Amino acid sequence: MRAQIAVYVVLTALALIAPFLGLYPVFLMKLLCFAMFACAFNLLLGYTKMLSFGHAAYFGASAYVTGWLTTVHGWGTLEGILGGVAVSMLLGLVIGAIAVRRQGIYFAMITLALAQVVYFICLQAQFTGGENGLQGIPRGSLLGLIGLGNDRIMYYFVLAVFIGVFIFIRRIVHSPFGQVLKAIRANEPRAISLGYKVDRYKLTAFVLSASLAGLAGSLKALVLGFATLSDVSQTTSGEVILMTLLGGSGTFLGPVVGANVVVTLQEYLSDLVGAWVSVIIGAIFVVCVMIFRRGFVGEIERRFARRA
Amino acid sequence: MTTVFGVPLPAILGQLMLGLVNGSFYALLSLGLAVIFGLLGVVNFAHGAFYMLGAFAAYVGLQMLGINYWWALLLAPLAVGLLGVIIERLFLRHLYQVEPVYGLLLTFGIALIAEGIMRSLFGASGKSYPVPALLQGGFNLGFMVLPIYRAWVVLASVTVCAATWFLIERTRLGAMLRAATENARLVQAFGINVPLMVMCTYGAGVALAALAGVLAAPVIQVSPLMGSSLVIVVFAVVVIGGMGSIVGAIVSGLVLGLIEGLTKVVYPEASNIVVFIIMAVVLIWRPAGLFGKEQ
Repeated sequence: MRAQIAVYVVLTALALIAPFLGLYPVFLMKLLCFAMFACAFNLLLGYTKMLSFGHAAYFGASAYVTGWLTTVHGWGTLEGILGGVAVSMLLGLVIGAIAVRRQGIYFAMITLALAQVVYFICLQAQFTGGENGLQGIPRGSLLGLIGLGNDRIMYYFVLAVFIGVFIFIRRIVHSPFGQVLKAIRANEPRAISLGYKVDRYKLTAFVLSASLAGLAGSLKALVLGFATLSDVSQTTSGEVILMTLLGGSGTFLGPVVGANVVVTLQEYLSDLVGAWVSVIIGAIFVVCVMIFRRGFVGEIERRFARRA
Repeated sequence: MTTVFGVPLPAILGQLMLGLVNGSFYALLSLGLAVIFGLLGVVNFAHGAFYMLGAFAAYVGLQMLGINYWWALLLAPLAVGLLGVIIERLFLRHLYQVEPVYGLLLTFGIALIAEGIMRSLFGASGKSYPVPALLQGGFNLGFMVLPIYRAWVVLASVTVCAATWFLIERTRLGAMLRAATENARLVQAFGINVPLMVMCTYGAGVALAALAGVLAAPVIQVSPLMGSSLVIVVFAVVVIGGMGSIVGAIVSGLVLGLIEGLTKVVYPEASNIVVFIIMAVVLIWRPAGLFGKEQ
């Protein structure tokens, strides 16, 4: 426990001074957004073992809605974010209600197929800008007081939201609700026989995860100033799975580590190797599934647990 | 001119024809997926990638080695099937003991690798493959012109589907396969080499996908991304038909192709998503799919 607190303190301190270490703030914010996305995804995969193959739908839809509300309708930043999150929550409710009826791979295929519906709607609808996406999304200001145009101020805003989400997820997992989720993960028929309305718990977890993924998408749209089809695409859904697996699903820090590794790899490799980057990502996927199913953080935790 | 819903009849028949052609591809692909899922319990995400590799094998064969369409129809599925056998041997085999989602994730990674390699080698743009001389032109049916190649695609895929169904449901080999699907251990105890059967089944399922790719090459643009969105539609088709059901996969593949074609006439905006919406409705009404058995 003490080691864990030390790790968190060091990481927070690093995050606080990161913009002064010569790291590009927009890149750091992108890392934070994807880390938040992966943490939201992990709430589902790690703690209930539901593999959603369509999480980009919530991430991307929320990015589009936030972008549309702030550019076309002139909404403020916070209202725009809330609007995006509300839409992804609603999407999560509808898709989740259908998907939780089935388990395992069926669940994965259904979430994938329904996310594809969201993708096609984004492709064809007027407000998303079709193939071009939405561009020039303004960052605006916090309640009209603090302008977010400055990269460093925006960074600390995103960092604050990220830490908030991280603590929130920890809270959920350690709550009685989270314990029931873990019980369902361990043995679903038993949880049913104990009288828990399993589907309702799963749906709640799904909606929570979708909403937080939406929050990450909204922030990403504001940070980069655009929302595109790739945000809602199957590739993004796959990448968030990879981030979570690589870092270690079912651990708090795993998704954060995984997101940092994957986003950094993509950032630096895409200039170097072009289309081969998807070969490399695919190869990491294969290695992860074959011999590294616990992920970085999962392996480290296991070493520590053995010694203790 | 005769019209239905204010749309000229030839336009409707034309779209239905296109729908039937797409449905033939859905049927071939979902059949392979269903066979693989039935025996291996693996949802083969790489199915779209193997379909793409089949089309590319035909394209490269013609451009570089001068292999014509008819030989490609035989050789491309063999080559891709062999690749499938190797993948089963090296990777999938080690995942049967862990949860089935890992098979899905592994094949997703393999699809990414295959698509990335083809994109690096051939670029993202589509390549055209000529219609073989024997199948060029069309029949004039009086009210519409039926392109011979499209008729051939439907005929060929229905024949292959029927043959596969016969092989699985009516032969000794098929009986062993079905028995192994029910209880692999028991079948192995009878002295049947189950791991070999599993390996060949994966290869055969993958070869079916490659065959669909060769058949598709002359009617669509051959491109590295041709399989990645198709595979999701095929997943939906398999879920509608009922996972692991052979008849369900074939019938729902053809029917959904037709429905998609009709939607293009009536309400084109929805044609991309109609299959997924039907899937959602079927799942609410019959969670095991139309032809599936409730566990």
